[in-house]
This record gives sequence, C-alpha cells and structure tokens, in this order.
Amino acid sequence: MSTNPFHTPLSPRDEAPPVNQKSTWMRVNTARRFAVNHLVSGLAVLSTVLVIVPLLAILGYLLYMGASSLNLAFFTHIPAPVGEPGGGMANAMLGSGMILAVASVIGVPVGISAGVYLAEFGRGKFLAAAIRFTADVLNGVPSIVMGIAAWVVLVKGRGFSAIAGGVALAIMMVPTITRTTEEMLATVPHAIREAALGLGVPKWRTVLSVSLKTASPGIITGCMLAFARVAGETAPLLFTAFGNQFWSFKLTEPIAALPLQIYVYAISPYDEWHRLAWAGALVLIVMIMVAVTLVRIYASRGVLKGAS
Amino acid sequence: MGVSISVEHLNAWYGTTHTLQDINVELPANHATALIGPSGCGKSTFVRCLNRMHETNPIARATGVVKMGDIDIYKDAQPVQIRRRVGMVFQRPNPFPTMSIYDNVASGLKLNGFRNRAVLDDTVERSLKSAALWEEVKDDLKKKSGASLSGGQQQRMCIARALAVDPEVLLMDEPASALDPVSTSKIEDLIFQLKSQYTIVIVTHNMQQAARVAENTGFFLNGKMVEFDSTHKIFTNPKDKRTEDYITGRFG
Repeated sequence: MSTNPFHTPLSPRDEAPPVNQKSTWMRVNTARRFAVNHLVSGLAVLSTVLVIVPLLAILGYLLYMGASSLNLAFFTHIPAPVGEPGGGMANAMLGSGMILAVASVIGVPVGISAGVYLAEFGRGKFLAAAIRFTADVLNGVPSIVMGIAAWVVLVKGRGFSAIAGGVALAIMMVPTITRTTEEMLATVPHAIREAALGLGVPKWRTVLSVSLKTASPGIITGCMLAFARVAGETAPLLFTAFGNQFWSFKLTEPIAALPLQIYVYAISPYDEWHRLAWAGALVLIVMIMVAVTLVRIYASRGVLKGAS
Repeated sequence: MGVSISVEHLNAWYGTTHTLQDINVELPANHATALIGPSGCGKSTFVRCLNRMHETNPIARATGVVKMGDIDIYKDAQPVQIRRRVGMVFQRPNPFPTMSIYDNVASGLKLNGFRNRAVLDDTVERSLKSAALWEEVKDDLKKKSGASLSGGQQQRMCIARALAVDPEVLLMDEPASALDPVSTSKIEDLIFQLKSQYTIVIVTHNMQQAARVAENTGFFLNGKMVEFDSTHKIFTNPKDKRTEDYITGRFG
C-alpha cells in the first residue's frame, strides 16, 4: 500500500480486475454498451420517422388532390352558385385572415400577460394556482363548446360576426400561450434577473426587457403553435362567423372562413365542390406554414452570434 | 467616490433560519473589505443585505440599520434607488444572453431609461477600460453577444456593467471563484485599482486573495461576525481562537 495520506481504500467492487482478465472485461462491457446505444438511437430515429411520415403523407395527398383545382380564379373569385363551374375561395381566405387577426390581437397579449403573471408575480399565490388550473381545463374544452359559449355571449341577439369568431378562437389560443409563456419564463436563469435587479432596474422593467426578451424564442413558438391550431378550427366558427358565400369586409357581419368553406364543400354532393374543398385544405395548410415561417424569420432577425 | 458603510444590529432570516445574527461593523470608504468564512456562514447574505437584494427572495427578511454615508438604506430609500448606487458582481458571470457586449455594459443605464447616445458610448468605453476588457472587445462591441465571451471576460464585462451606473459601493460575491488563475489575477488587479474610487466589499473563499486585495477582513461563522480587523492583523495575530483555526486550516 502506498503511504499517500490522502489514499482512501477502495471497496471490493471498485477494485480493478486482475491484469490478465482486463481485456475480456473491457470487451464485454463495450460490446453491450455499443449495442444498447445503437438500439436506443435506432428507436429515436424510428419514432421521428413515424411522426414525420403521416405529416408528409397528408401534405402529399393534399397536393395530389388539390393542386389541380388551383388556378387564379380560386384566389380571386367568390364561390360560384350551385351548378355553375369555376368560382374560388377568395372571400374565405380574406375572412380567415380577418378572423385570425382578431384572434391574435386579443389572444396573444392576454395569453402572454397571464403567463407573465403566473411566472413572475404569482408564485405560490392562490390566484395563480386557480388561473393555472383554469388554463389547463380550458385547453381540454372541446372547440364546439367554445363556439356555443361564444354564441351565447356574443352572437345571441346581435347576429353572427367576424368579431365573434375571432373572440372564440382567441379564447382557444389563450391557455396554450399562457402555459408556454410561464414555462419559458421559468427557464430564464434566476442569475440574469438578479443581474438586472442589482443594477437598480425596477421589477416591471426587468420582466419586460430581460425575462421576456430572453424567453422570447420559446414564447413566439408557443404563440405560433396556438395560431396554427386555431387557424384550422371549424367548430367554433359554425356558431360565430357562420360563413358567407359573398364578400364581406365588415367585422360585425357574418364572414366566410376557409375551414368553414372546406366543411361546407366537403359534405356537399357535388364533385366540383369536393375538388375545391381539397384545394382549400391545401391553401389553408400552406397559409399556416407561410405565416409560421415568416414569424420565425422575423423573430430570428437581430439575434447575435454566440447568443444562447 | 466611495462612501462608508455602517451596519448596526443587522439580523437576517430565510424563512425560520436566522442567517445573520446581530452584525455590527464599520466599512471605511474607498477601502476594500474582504469577508471570509466557511460556506453557509452568512457572508453572501450579509453582502445581499447591503443592497437590499436579500429581500427579493419572498421568504427572506432583515432588520437593523445599514447606513451608506448619511442614508439609512432600509428607511430613507427605495430598494431600486439603493441598487443604483451599489454595484454588485455575482459568483458566476451572468451576462444578459440576448444583448451584445455594448448593450450588456450599457444595460444599467438603458434599462433605467437613459438614451443619450454620446454619453452611452463614452460610458461603455470608460467602464470597459476600467474593467481591463476594452482592448479585447473594442472591435466587436455590437457584433458579439455578451454570452459569447470566455468566462473570465464575461466576469470582467459584468464588472464593467456594474461600474457603468457609476456606483459608490461595489459588492463582489466570490467574483473569481468560477475563473482560472489568469483571469483571477486580472480581477484582483482590477479590485486593487478600483478601490481608490469605490468602497469595495468582496466575499472570498481564497485567503491569499483576501490578503492581496483587502485592507480589512471580517471573519464570519454560523451567522455571526466573529472578528473584524485589518487584514494584516487577522492573518498574523487574530484575537479569536476560531479565526485562527479557520485561517490555519485546522477548522472543524
């Protein structure tokens, strides 16, 4: 034994194997680890493929079924009367855009503010726990119920409107945005907040300029997820925006929306309308993809090299 | 210029734990004071009571009198006002990850609503020069994120950030403990220069460091300040047996 005063005796299990067995001992372990490593990596790749294949399949099928019906008229004309060929969904695209704009203008600020309250001001408070619980329950409420609720509050006695549709979708966006904002703010290191507070920066300013800014990539992702989810919602719009076969530019009147138009065309008995429904679905998905991509590009501008 | 700090009957709690017990001490202006003691003895809590950061923890509370010059920081001022006059450097470098080097250093001014470009430019340059970092970063002030610098550079940037708001007191909570020896010696040189303009309080586990940079040293143990004296005396002829045991490494 060495005379090193810092030497701690090893327990029997820590003892290295005898020299003549060492190579075998090493090989057995490495082979097993190698196998397990590859098995687990393989499973991860397999899961990824399983997730992506249906997505690509849907997109491919939409392209196959819908692309042939896309033409200029589809983007510039309103639906043709029954029996007449042609026509488009221009009014539905505008309507969807208006409804989603209303939904985002209401849903994003409310959702983010609620998330900020939960993460920065409401720690350990009863009100925060109540909001968190409500948000989680709201997230699970079927969208048709949202539509009926919006109908009772905003439509009954007033008539269908784009605003009612936007509010119904906004209410659906809020829980997702709130919970993502809260979780993303929770990942901002406490040390960064302390740095700002230590400079004499007031708490509200620290939250706005430091916490929210640091968490912004995740929060933007949350907003995009919420947006993409409600962009395809049909049920809440049935009782609120209602749909419209003609142009409407007013927020206070019934308005067309792509998902509604797709729904109406898809359950109709006419082949021509079925083809238009496929085209509408393709346009809807592409519109969502374009919107998400644009926000991502815009949000990543001005990010500095080396920023984590 | 620095300002003297006088502490009377300072007590602090985390929940029900009495972390600081009746601390009384005078820290002279424009001197560096080192605080030593084993982990968990209350050094950091003491420092955090000097700029009212202690109370940002919801379960924490403090009583007693802390005077900076003539101002009782717990009675005569808001925490935000105190923290603008007292800079703080933390154990681990904590740059704002979304900001450039320039914005990191200017953050104290910018986040407090200060917008004059010329003054900001001037302050950033002066602060980085004081923190001995200017030469290394002057070419990519606005191009690089503060988080892309090395650990030692980040810590000097954090010092520059604290200096940019022109404080009177600089609190440093183990500023070099996460750094390599080269960066550490740079930070120590810096403290040595800075104490002509600021009152510096530095928490350290490194006793050579305390001996190198500080005129006065306080020894903490179990929430009490066991001994406070000139650094020379603490290290050569301590009055208390416990101080001697700690310094000679015969502790516990």
